[in-house]
Amino acid sequence: MSFLSVNHVTHYYFSKSKATQALKDVSFSVEEGEFVSILGPSGCGKSTLLSLLANIIHPTEGKISLNDQPISTLDDSIGYMLQQDYLFPWKTIMDNVLLGPKIKKTTESSTNEKAERMLEEVGLHKISTSYPDALSGGMRQRVALVRTLITDPEILLLDEPFSALDYVTKLTLEDAVADLLATYKKTTVLVTHDIGEAISMSDRIIIMDTNPGSIKRMYDVPLELRNERPFNVRRHPKYQRIFDKVWNELNTKSIIPTSSKIVGDQHG
Amino acid sequence: MAKKMKNTPHEQYINAQRKEKRIVLSWQLIIFVSFFVLWEVSSRMHIIDPLLFSSPSKVVALLQTKFMDGSMISHVQITMFETILGFLIGTIGGICIASLLWASDRFSRIADPYLVILNAMPKVALGPIIIVALGPGMVSIVSMGAIVSIIITTLVVYAGFKDVDPNYEKVLISFGATRWQRFKEAVFPATLPTMVSTLKVNVGLAWVGVIVGEFLVSKKGLGYLIIYGFQVFDFTLVMSSLLLIAIAAAIMYKIVEKIEGWLMKHTS
Ligand SMILES: Nc1ncnc2c1ncn2[C@@H]1O[C@H](COP(=O)(O)OP(=O)(O)O)[C@@H](O)[C@H]1O
Ligand SMILES: [Mg+2]
Repeated sequence: MSFLSVNHVTHYYFSKSKATQALKDVSFSVEEGEFVSILGPSGCGKSTLLSLLANIIHPTEGKISLNDQPISTLDDSIGYMLQQDYLFPWKTIMDNVLLGPKIKKTTESSTNEKAERMLEEVGLHKISTSYPDALSGGMRQRVALVRTLITDPEILLLDEPFSALDYVTKLTLEDAVADLLATYKKTTVLVTHDIGEAISMSDRIIIMDTNPGSIKRMYDVPLELRNERPFNVRRHPKYQRIFDKVWNELNTKSIIPTSSKIVGDQHG
Repeated sequence: MAKKMKNTPHEQYINAQRKEKRIVLSWQLIIFVSFFVLWEVSSRMHIIDPLLFSSPSKVVALLQTKFMDGSMISHVQITMFETILGFLIGTIGGICIASLLWASDRFSRIADPYLVILNAMPKVALGPIIIVALGPGMVSIVSMGAIVSIIITTLVVYAGFKDVDPNYEKVLISFGATRWQRFKEAVFPATLPTMVSTLKVNVGLAWVGVIVGEFLVSKKGLGYLIIYGFQVFDFTLVMSSLLLIAIAAAIMYKIVEKIEGWLMKHTS
């Protein structure tokens, strides 16, 4: 049985005037320790899918389970990072990071130290008493990541964590996040509209179709790229070919839904 | 000829600012002085009826004797006390009701039409009913001070609660926060600036309620002095009380403004 499994999930948003189908019959699974990217154009339902996985909204139809348990019965195994950092501007960096333990009432004497150590690990020194306003976008995103990781979730969900950053910051942060995740060996689902990011960070890419959101293809990133750091992947001789392949997948209209077909890299 | 010192652009800017400030202040002083001079002169020359409109010299003389023999200070104190109490009850009460509305969506939907009516209603018209219900004393007057601001505070603060970016709550939900934790950690602190901004409005409203209340029932206070002076045809007393109200209200407004500034700095 898979670590995370999503079975025939369909989701509608209801309003007075209409029902919007955001997702249609989405099924996939993620193995423990795997890094999966969900790639698709804006508005295809990526954020919806991730908030379903985060148990913040509940699917109209279908089941989601983690370790064979329906996620609605779990409350502390999922770490979810929103599209923007959403650091609380009225709290110091330290208080922001300690929000999870505070809510879960798991604060211990060592929690403070752990927070300091994790902030150091993502390259943030002596900022714990500052307020979020004083930090750059990249730094804030690092803090948000630490805030998510400090509760030690079994699975990490990242919603376009780098989309609001400038290019240089983005590339730096991709490496930092990859290092951190390698250290903590987290199962991760990353949502993005950036092909390069998907290729460079993940083991597997799920390509989504829009209107309604559904799975179009799955793509396994070649083994030799998986263990490279994101920045090196982007410079790898194979990178461009994979990019083109994913680009084509993303831009061809699928005539027959082939949601569960797995397309490997045939070029070897 | 002595060479003139060249000013730097910044000094020029500062000088221009200073000059503007002096001009504004001069005009304010001119208006202030001419108002009282005109009042005094036209009263003495019987351009206005000195019996009805009194004159600054008579007002000053009356205030002097009344403060000397100690009979005035208690009136000022009692009105200030009632106003501050009404202001605090109105503001804090409004925030509490808004919190209850937030706590239950159904309650807020049920309460909605009543709040609209209560808000549209001129609150001082309730005066006689309040006096019948609570007795002709200070309780009624303080209630009047509170009731004029409580509904509008409720509406403004509740709108503020609803306006908080739901993503802050999502962060908390992803940690398994309860509704109360969401309120305490995100909704309430995010709305503090809105609450603070109601303070200045409320202090003015509390004056309205308290003075009207004193008109109706009291045996003490500045509002009482106005009505009393009016009844015994002592318009110097009426003018003196008005002057004291203007001064006290201005001082209270300034204090609230200071508190607001401090709160803004320490809450956002
Ligand atoms: N809260 C909501 N209410 C109604 N419709 C929504 C809501 N959130 C998203 N949608 C709609 O669902 C679709 C998918 O949105 P979203 O999951 O945010 O896509 P993405 O993250 O891929 O850009 C869009 O058409 C969007 O308009
Ligand atoms: Mg999105």
